[in-house]
Amino acid sequence: MGYFIGLLITLVVFWYTMSGMNKPLILSLGAVSVVLTMVLSWRLKIVDKDSSPYGRIVQFLLYWVWLFVEILKANWRVIRACVKADLDINPALVKVKTVCRSDLAKTTFANSITLTPGTVTVSVEGDKLLVHALYEEDAEPGAFDEMDRRSAWASDGGGA
Amino acid sequence: MLTDAIEFFHLVRPWLGGAFCLLGAVLTVIGTAGVLRFPDFYTRLHAASITDTAGATALLIGMGLMAPGWVVVAKVAAIWVFLFLTSPTASHAIANAAHVAGLEPLIGRLGRGEVDPASGEEA
Amino acid sequence: MNLLLASATVALLLGIVLLLIRALMGPTLYDRVLAVNSFGTKTVLLLGLLGFAMGRPDFLDIALLYALINFVSTIAILKFFRYRSFQVSLSRRAPAPKEGS
Repeated sequence: MGYFIGLLITLVVFWYTMSGMNKPLILSLGAVSVVLTMVLSWRLKIVDKDSSPYGRIVQFLLYWVWLFVEILKANWRVIRACVKADLDINPALVKVKTVCRSDLAKTTFANSITLTPGTVTVSVEGDKLLVHALYEEDAEPGAFDEMDRRSAWASDGGGA
Repeated sequence: MLTDAIEFFHLVRPWLGGAFCLLGAVLTVIGTAGVLRFPDFYTRLHAASITDTAGATALLIGMGLMAPGWVVVAKVAAIWVFLFLTSPTASHAIANAAHVAGLEPLIGRLGRGEVDPASGEEA
Repeated sequence: MNLLLASATVALLLGIVLLLIRALMGPTLYDRVLAVNSFGTKTVLLLGLLGFAMGRPDFLDIALLYALINFVSTIAILKFFRYRSFQVSLSRRAPAPKEGS
């Protein structure tokens, strides 16, 4: 039930931010949309612990800040590879083992790898991820350990 | 002193925003050039992710700086969050589909104008 | 400032044209899907940029909507080519009780 209240608050805030108007017609349309969305997500049974991590927003924000700096650093290498006159890349396909246990943590970790330019998660099986990297040096063993630890901390708490 | 700084910021804001937009557009073109010239599908995926992260971020920061009000800034921020949540998922879906379908990636150092026989393009 | 915005718009359009080339000649299906997906991202950015260039930031609503539709359409295309049907469930049905958590 708490997840539905969180969803309600999120939807109301989102609608009001997007419209920014106070006319009764607009507000009633918003109320109808919010109720419709909640009924649909209840029927689809997609509101559960993993899809509504409201308790971990602070951790996720901190993680996002760290990830954003990493993304900027990784961007530089790929941009240089794109504009260099002669092609100089060293693609590799590596297996990465993760300490993340819950689905949310695995999703966070895999999406972080994909979001960082130069590395893409190709498939996820159990606790092993198949990662394709533009430079083999970026994907050597241990290169993802810090990201792994931080995403486990952000979504599961504790970490390893 | 502080009001002076704020005034100066408002004076310089549109220009800063325009510069950020131009930077983002240039990054986008660089990423697209990578998509055109990289030798195989998986490497093109990396080039495309420049557009999704750095290009989009710079462009949206520029738009946020030019925004006339807070509602517009909130919309720009919402677009940014959506792009950052959906683009890795889409990239992963494409890569996973290609992998499941059996598309083999090129492995090992490539460079110095080799011609890749698989896609038949100049490297 | 208008000059800056105009050149940014032209640069984005150039990027879109280059992507179209990749989408038209991409050797595999996945190159094309990748190009179309990236095309969608650029369209979102172009819509927003055009809104600011013409002094009507309301275009951002359309850009937001397009960002969502673009994601859904990419997933739908991939799903169709993998299963040849839209009627397959993408999520695992009732996973076994998780250990630990």
